[in-house]
Amino acid sequence: MKRILSFHAGLVFAFLYLPILVIVALSFNQSRFGVRFTGFTLEWYARLFSNERILEYLTNTLIVAVVSTAVSTVLGTLLAVGLVRYEFRLKNALRYLLYVPVVVPDVVMGISLLLLFDVVRDAIGWPRLSLFTIILAHISFQIAYVTLVVRARLVLLDPTLEEAAKDLGATSWQTFREVTLPLIMPGVMAGALLAFSLSLDDFVITFFTAGSGSTTLPLYIYSSVKLGIRPEIHALSTLMVGVTVLVILLGVLFWKKR
Amino acid sequence: MLFRGKRERKLGDSVAVQLEGVTKRFGDVRAVDNVSLEVRDGEFFSLLGPSGCGKTTLLRMIAGFETPDEGRILIGGKDMTDVPPYLRPVNTVFQSYALFPHMNVEQNIAFGLRMKRMPKEEIARRVAWALELVNLSGFEKRRPDQMSGGQRQRVALARALVNEPEVLLLDEPLSALDLKLRQELRVDLMNLQERLGITFIFVTHDQEEALVMSDRIAVMNRGRIEQLGPTEEIYELPKTAFVARFIGDSNLIPAKAIEPRKVRTSLGDFVLDDDDALIPGQEVLLSIRPEKIRLFRERPSLPNVFRAKVDDIIYTGSENLYILLADGQRLMCETLNHDIQEPGHEEFDYDEEVWVALTPEKLVVIQEEGHA
Amino acid sequence: MREAATPAQRLRRVLLTVGPGAFWLVLFVLIPTLIVLVVSLMSRGSLGQPVPPFGLHNYVRFFSDPLFLEIIGRSLWIGLWSTLLVILLGYPLAFYIAQSRYKEVLLLLVVIPFFTNFLIRVYAWIVVFQKEGLLNAFITAFGLPPAELLPSTLAVYVATVYTYLPFFVLPLYAAVERIDWSLLEAAYDLGARPVRAFFEAIFPQTLPGLLAGFLLVFIPAVGTFVIADLLGGGKVTLVGNLIQLQFGSAQNWAFGSAASMVLMAMVLLGLWLYARTQGERGLDRLV
Repeated sequence: MKRILSFHAGLVFAFLYLPILVIVALSFNQSRFGVRFTGFTLEWYARLFSNERILEYLTNTLIVAVVSTAVSTVLGTLLAVGLVRYEFRLKNALRYLLYVPVVVPDVVMGISLLLLFDVVRDAIGWPRLSLFTIILAHISFQIAYVTLVVRARLVLLDPTLEEAAKDLGATSWQTFREVTLPLIMPGVMAGALLAFSLSLDDFVITFFTAGSGSTTLPLYIYSSVKLGIRPEIHALSTLMVGVTVLVILLGVLFWKKR
Repeated sequence: MLFRGKRERKLGDSVAVQLEGVTKRFGDVRAVDNVSLEVRDGEFFSLLGPSGCGKTTLLRMIAGFETPDEGRILIGGKDMTDVPPYLRPVNTVFQSYALFPHMNVEQNIAFGLRMKRMPKEEIARRVAWALELVNLSGFEKRRPDQMSGGQRQRVALARALVNEPEVLLLDEPLSALDLKLRQELRVDLMNLQERLGITFIFVTHDQEEALVMSDRIAVMNRGRIEQLGPTEEIYELPKTAFVARFIGDSNLIPAKAIEPRKVRTSLGDFVLDDDDALIPGQEVLLSIRPEKIRLFRERPSLPNVFRAKVDDIIYTGSENLYILLADGQRLMCETLNHDIQEPGHEEFDYDEEVWVALTPEKLVVIQEEGHA
Repeated sequence: MREAATPAQRLRRVLLTVGPGAFWLVLFVLIPTLIVLVVSLMSRGSLGQPVPPFGLHNYVRFFSDPLFLEIIGRSLWIGLWSTLLVILLGYPLAFYIAQSRYKEVLLLLVVIPFFTNFLIRVYAWIVVFQKEGLLNAFITAFGLPPAELLPSTLAVYVATVYTYLPFFVLPLYAAVERIDWSLLEAAYDLGARPVRAFFEAIFPQTLPGLLAGFLLVFIPAVGTFVIADLLGGGKVTLVGNLIQLQFGSAQNWAFGSAASMVLMAMVLLGLWLYARTQGERGLDRLV
């Protein structure tokens, strides 16, 4: 039984890594077409870096990710605190609304936001599709993930700690800042990290809410791939995989140290 | 200390479980080290010891969850050493109860019978019987998470007993419950065992529990059996210092034999009333239970008398516990809290000088190798 | 915390915490969904924009044309089989990882593809399946003629399974980690043989994780358009492709909205069934 399980696991890991390794290998391959390795080259990386637009796409991607993560983390954390601590009308409705961005297919979320921006633009002539609309769209799904992650942490929090703070004379705001927030910080960080990676990864919703001049890296990869295989894309993919691995390893090291 | 009722218990002559030189290693640790013992049919047998002494590992080997590295395990006379647990005629009550959370009480209890492909009506009949047995009729449709700890414990018991095992294995089944419930369930378990006549092997670290419930006890320490015998013998005649300390409270006094029935200690020379004669020069330990020590204000005309000072007094309601100091040695002495002040039952005050008498018949000699 | 506070104070606190987020969700999630619903009831204008009259005609068209029913059927079919394949690969893997001495490393090996950009993961399979790709290099090495592997349904299946496998393994692993293995011993003790004991005592414990993992794969697999677009190009049309097409070159937003509502209704139906058995805690498992 153990041997069957480990054989199976070996196959699955091969399946998971074979395609990625092929891309990495081909990004250093001299041959422009095919998978026969004809010699080592850094030419595709050189070409990639000589393409000034790439830098612009990268900047766009990072602007969207940073701004949307910052906003959604603040809004999501506050929302989680309010949901756990207070009773109010329509609370149940709000709780269910929270799950909608998590479960609705990306394509539906994408076209619904496209329609919203279109309706508003028809009415007041603003906003046109741009980085701004992408950011609004990203916040809309990130906020749900941040709220749910932070809430999971909040419900584990011992409420007597907050009562103790108030007993010692802290106001509501002081209690939140001095006691609640530090204790849920790991949850807030985890939510922010998730939001950030969701933003970097998103293609579909960006696709529907982007306009001219707001191309992000995933949009660029998509349009390039539609035109056919190019070794520059191998190189770009390899770099992105490399950054992913690096960030994950740094994250693991960081957690281990804590 | 309470013991199991002394009335005649009918124990079969046949052997229910037999262990022959059983050893189990985990890495370099010998969790169970060359253990041999026999459990008789219909017996309430306890494995008693501190955590990590190997008692649970021993039980798990009888159940079939661990395979011994050496030795044999016989159940009902058949070699079961390598038989998987699902083919053994034993059932276990787990410490955590291990009730299936996705099944209700009825389904949990029926599980073992279902595995035997018993007809539905027969299963229903037996489940009803088992529920009745543990006083849980009416709880058929409850889920484990809707029940109290004591109720869950009884479901676990019913789930095991309904299979009519030759031997029931109980792994600290009461340890998760509070004191009052534990005391009630002790009585229930004893009555049940007597009624059904099933052999119980009971693992516990609670010496009181073992003393109250068992016919015989095996005291374990570091993978070995320190002492095995009838319950009273374990209490009255501890064979090792470990047993004397672990079972109840005990005063241990180092001594050196000067005659076959006389020893010298720092508190004076004591005469003994022991069957086994000592070899002069032999070093031994004397053990005496706190309730066997008698105190006097005036020097009594008794053997084995010495002076001591009352260092501390602990009142526990029905008893007074005196902590005595004599020649730098601390002794515990327990006396009943009488109103009558007569010699041997007097009450004493802090720092009072008293006379201590150790009755020769109550002094137990522990001959242990390697003690200094 | 129910602390002493006047109604006004309490209202202020709720507004300060819940207010902004709730406002955002209503504006950017609830209202857009309602707009899609309204637009799905409108007609196609001369430039593709939605115009009155209102009616159910888009839905009538959708459900009366075998072409569209076939698209829905295909989406569900491919989504279902991809999910089953994911379970076949991922279920034993989660157990292997949980029992391995190197579980942290193995978990990391699952997390890396999970966080690798979605498009790169799809793109990698183009490199494998294309005419001069890895698979054909392998086939031709045996002297066989190269196969036309792109676009194909096979490629869509492989890439879908590949893309969503980590989505399944991670929640299931969390469930496997929490398994109470003493129940397996209890089942043995009560006479269950190994296979039976697994299905009676262990499998039910993984069921919540299994169902959550199933939805986490099934919903995006049914709704995807990128995978079918890049690997099934023209040959494999799913409901996601249909929606994209209506909002893109076909320029029929009203009909696209109707198709979106149909997709959303299917997802909500599945979720409703799931929530009925698993409750709200089940929904939290989907994050």
